[in-house]
Amino acid sequence: MSTFNRRSFMKASGALVGALLAVGVISTHALAADFPTAKVNTTGLAVTDTTVKVGILHSATGTMAISETGSIQAEKLAIEQINAMGGILGRKIEVIQEDGASDWPTFAEKSKKLLVKDKVAAVMGCWTSASRKAALPVFEKENGLLFYPTFYEGLEQSKNVFYTGQEATQQILAGLDWIAKEKKAKTFYLIGSDYIWPRTSMKIARKHIERNLKGTVVGEEYIALGDTQFGSVINKIKLKKPDVIYAAVVGGSNVAWFKQLNAAGLNSAKQTMLTISVTEDEVLGIGGENLAGFYSAMKYFQSQTNPENVKFVEAFKKRWGKDAVIGDVTQAAYLGPWLYKAAVERAGSFDVDKVQAALPGYVFKDAPEGPVTVEANHHLTTKLRVGKWRKDGQADVVYTSDYIKPDPFPKGYQ
Amino acid sequence: MFDYSMAEIGNIVVMQGFSGLSMFTVLLLMALGLAIIFGQMGVINMAHGEFMAIGAYTTVMISKLAANYGFVNYYFIFAILIAFMLAFAVGYFIEFIMIRHLYKRPLDTLLATWGLSLVMQQIFRSTFGAKEVSAELPEWMLGSFKPTPDIDIPINGVFVMFLAIIVTAGVYLFMYRSRWGLRVRATVQNRVMAGAVGINTAKVDRMTFALGCGIAGIAGAAFTTIASTGPTTGTLYIVDSFMVVVFGGAASLMGTIASAFGIAQAQSILQFFMTSSMGKVSTLLVIVGILMMKPEGLFASKLRK
Repeated sequence: MSTFNRRSFMKASGALVGALLAVGVISTHALAADFPTAKVNTTGLAVTDTTVKVGILHSATGTMAISETGSIQAEKLAIEQINAMGGILGRKIEVIQEDGASDWPTFAEKSKKLLVKDKVAAVMGCWTSASRKAALPVFEKENGLLFYPTFYEGLEQSKNVFYTGQEATQQILAGLDWIAKEKKAKTFYLIGSDYIWPRTSMKIARKHIERNLKGTVVGEEYIALGDTQFGSVINKIKLKKPDVIYAAVVGGSNVAWFKQLNAAGLNSAKQTMLTISVTEDEVLGIGGENLAGFYSAMKYFQSQTNPENVKFVEAFKKRWGKDAVIGDVTQAAYLGPWLYKAAVERAGSFDVDKVQAALPGYVFKDAPEGPVTVEANHHLTTKLRVGKWRKDGQADVVYTSDYIKPDPFPKGYQ
Repeated sequence: MFDYSMAEIGNIVVMQGFSGLSMFTVLLLMALGLAIIFGQMGVINMAHGEFMAIGAYTTVMISKLAANYGFVNYYFIFAILIAFMLAFAVGYFIEFIMIRHLYKRPLDTLLATWGLSLVMQQIFRSTFGAKEVSAELPEWMLGSFKPTPDIDIPINGVFVMFLAIIVTAGVYLFMYRSRWGLRVRATVQNRVMAGAVGINTAKVDRMTFALGCGIAGIAGAAFTTIASTGPTTGTLYIVDSFMVVVFGGAASLMGTIASAFGIAQAQSILQFFMTSSMGKVSTLLVIVGILMMKPEGLFASKLRK
């Protein structure tokens, strides 16, 4: 009906303005009708004439809720905005939220529930690598679609996952290059929590420092997860006097690390530190006064002034309160629903195989961090930024790299 | 190790010595409350860490108030007192509704208090949000004290040290020099006889449990200066707390002190010469070894078998 109306109206008036107006008014209905459900959903997903079901799977309870809450908020905001614009192919997104409860087997179980019972068309979810590794076999077996927001250690690529955060080389190499040049750094002390992400990251960092920067690693240290006593480690660092501390400490240890470092007299006036594990979210716990002057390497900082980000920050605060802060992963989580929308529209279908094939090559121009490109390996080409922390918990962006292509299986770094 | 000057090595020895002492007082403060509850009453309180979190959140809340009303420099004293009172009150209440029904089933208290810890964590999360928060510290507590230009003694470490000494002295006086302490010890040694001579053992239990929780609250308040405050903060401390109490030998204040000192020194020194996680692993191995030979811990008091 709408096709006919539109055509006859255009014929009658011949006015371009009129045509545009008409398209605007009837667009959502027209869209849904232009893409009949039987055609855009041939595999039995939960897609109706008016709605499409999408899952959100993060930890709202348990240890990881600290980190994952921001991602949930960002994904909900994006979905609400998409719905306000008319949804995807004229269908409103219905969210089904499940709680991974910081327990990795639960992530697998809930993934299965979302894919098999609810038949969601896509899932925004997982945070830690452990939870992703647990859910991955389910997504591959049931041919689901996962948008994963966290920066991570790389060494993975699945056709069922799109990685909206950075893989390790994207986060590490350019940051080290910058600090080596800017601070004329020759000696590095590597310190991280004792699990896969810091260990893989430090391996890459060490190779890069020794081979490409011709520097020396004077110490490499891993802290048991949850350890809060740093006295001995700090004394070792004082003895070695490295030009740069390169840190990837996480969780409760992270807070203790910065508080004790400052109390031991190693503040930013005396010691240069570049960390890859502090975003605006972590600053809340660490306290800006303990962090001021140190550097973080991330792809996104809340303080970015490009118009897309200003709009995003405003919308986020309006939705989640004026005290809400946005860290790197929160922004990456926000990209998930938008990329999914773009992929479905490019494919003209909700079928997982078609959506997967349609997304690579897409340039998301309006991303808060600035334009990103989805690559064939399902990771994003992004820039890297170095932020210098201020006392108020925000960072001044002091360096922005060129675009960096994702390289999840870096040759010569393993 | 030998390409450093004598002065540098001297400075590190001083700072390393302090960091060992500092870790000792942190462990001691962590374990004191538990030493009372587990040591004296035999209650395996898995929610000990969450009582510390009560103290930590109290401090954060009061620091926010202090920032608004301009008494940032002194609020810590109030924070510690209120943290103690709040944790004490919650402990009193928990003993009344839960623990007292489980005295005859010690292993069930383990499960029940573990459940309690999960409930408390979720309450913190719902009330204060899932993200970590941070207390604004007074100026005088930041930074370090410098006897010479190259030696830094962390002021927050000194603060925790003094607090630990005061609390330990307080616990000693209470347990060994007061009527209350006498009743507590009498109840521990022989509940039936204590009741027969007119001690209200139920009341003693409640006060003892609440006191242990209150001290955990103080520890939590103090630890906001050196570590994080979040819904799951307590889980960072619970293992170390039990380790200190069990290694020291339950029911012995001296044992707790000696064990905290031993563990802290071993860990601190090993972490300096090995990597941090290896230092911790080695310490644990030594503890396991010693406990295999002396299952009742360093200072086993004469228990009724």
